[in-house]
Amino acid sequence: MSTRSSRKAARLMLSPSVIVLLVWMIVPLAVTVWYSLLRYNLLRPERTGFIWFRNYTNFVASPAFLSSIVNTLILVVGVLVITVVLGILIALLIDRPIWGQGIVRILVISPFFIMPPVAALIWKNMFMNPTNGLFAEAAKFLGLPPFDFLGHAPLASITLMVAWQWLPFATLILLTALQSMSSEQIEAAEMDGANALNRFWFIVLPHLSRAITVVILIQTIFLLGVFAEILVTTNGGPGTASTTLTFLIYKEALLGFNAGTAAAGGVIAVILANIVAIFLMIAVGRNLDA
Amino acid sequence: MARAVSIRRKSLNTFWAWLVALILFFPILWTVLTSFKPEAQAVASPPLFVDFDWTLQNYRDVQAQRAYFGYFWNSVVIALGSTGLGVLIGIPAAWSMAFVPGRHTRDLLMWMLSTKMMPAVGVLVPIYLIFRDLGLLDTRTGLVVVVMLMNLPIIIWMLYTYFKEIPGEILEAARMDGATLGKEILYVLTPMAVPGIASTLLLNIILAWNEAFWTLNLAVVKAAPLSKFISGFSSPEGLFYAKLSAASTMAIAPILILGWFSQKQLVRGLTFGAVK
Repeated sequence: MSTRSSRKAARLMLSPSVIVLLVWMIVPLAVTVWYSLLRYNLLRPERTGFIWFRNYTNFVASPAFLSSIVNTLILVVGVLVITVVLGILIALLIDRPIWGQGIVRILVISPFFIMPPVAALIWKNMFMNPTNGLFAEAAKFLGLPPFDFLGHAPLASITLMVAWQWLPFATLILLTALQSMSSEQIEAAEMDGANALNRFWFIVLPHLSRAITVVILIQTIFLLGVFAEILVTTNGGPGTASTTLTFLIYKEALLGFNAGTAAAGGVIAVILANIVAIFLMIAVGRNLDA
Repeated sequence: MARAVSIRRKSLNTFWAWLVALILFFPILWTVLTSFKPEAQAVASPPLFVDFDWTLQNYRDVQAQRAYFGYFWNSVVIALGSTGLGVLIGIPAAWSMAFVPGRHTRDLLMWMLSTKMMPAVGVLVPIYLIFRDLGLLDTRTGLVVVVMLMNLPIIIWMLYTYFKEIPGEILEAARMDGATLGKEILYVLTPMAVPGIASTLLLNIILAWNEAFWTLNLAVVKAAPLSKFISGFSSPEGLFYAKLSAASTMAIAPILILGWFSQKQLVRGLTFGAVK
């Protein structure tokens, strides 16, 4: 029973949030679009002028651009596949009756709370370092030559690090969804003679579909912005082997001081992210309403 | 017999679950262990697990060489400041959307979430330059505001889903009894909403603490939080494993402990109530 005065109060209380988010969204975006049309290098402020879309053509034409898109896709899809598949398996494992489930949950969730640069440095130095990282020690123990992970497979290595950070999140959400499933349904299927694989495929997986959608949506938002992991491990290299779109724009802006081209890249990133977001919103909206 | 089988099966399940959990946790465990090793033993081959000469020297060195507590304090200010400010702005918004929903409430919520979709790097250049011109680069104020804006949509969404669960009739009853809007919020809503607000605070403190895009790009020295502190170890200092481990442990320990307490709330919080 909302009265007119309470409606007015509601609008009043809503406005600070709406205004700051609107400003936060529109002002920088408008400025980015404006810069993207200018000749604007922070090191050479005397060269100015409106150059239409030349920043865009420069950015897109650079060989790093296409590879950065591909790298971004590999990273995001790679992490999603690893976390969802392993997340389901681990959630199924923990969901069964075990001793010390509480402690197991705490151990499994822990990587999620590790600050990204810390996680990346631990993996880079103490595990993947080819001279005295633990993986090199393990290889030595097995009589194999050590492998230079970040030198020879930089993107795969970073994907692995990021997947380690997000696997707990996926596992925990899928576990929560599993625990809300009624055991009667499973038992009924069991009595009807469905084997474990069929039970998983026809009962458990459909039940998890909503949770899986949510995992994909939320992880994608964060994964498109992966930054610190690349900064402290490979710095985008060797060459551009691990340069994602985010990192390419960063290099252009804060290392190349080329504000115009970086802004053009930023606009492209925003457009691409919005395309992804629209698809996700449609998928999630459908799944969440049901 | 059935009981014996089930205990055997439970043991087996327990074994596999613990194995997986320990593998996932191992990098953290290894870091904490290494932080107590003398530098020479940290790179011993084959690696030493517990039979090394335990020492606190690395912690003393890290504080002496890199002034850990300055960074720590900046992290505390940024995490608490941004979350507190966000919750202060977010509570009224979430309250009004939960209890006085309009035709556009759903669209509004979706729009707020969509601002999270905007890649931060897309607006890096203008934010950097605006900050430079306003003298906000490398200030805690600037970082508090930016991190708050990053997390505000999540804060509002979380509060909204918690407030939604409070029955509106109670508020109406209070209104009938002549409670003003202010009293209604203070005496009726707030006590019921405390658990929800607390988990919103907890989760967003964790997110703000671990934020590593804006803090890395907008802070230099004065306002630099722990993300910047630890990035200083990227190379070649990172090859001093024991010191790197001590620094890492100091950067993650406070938030890891907070995280353990919040893990029950984490799922519904981060999925905006979609998975409970």
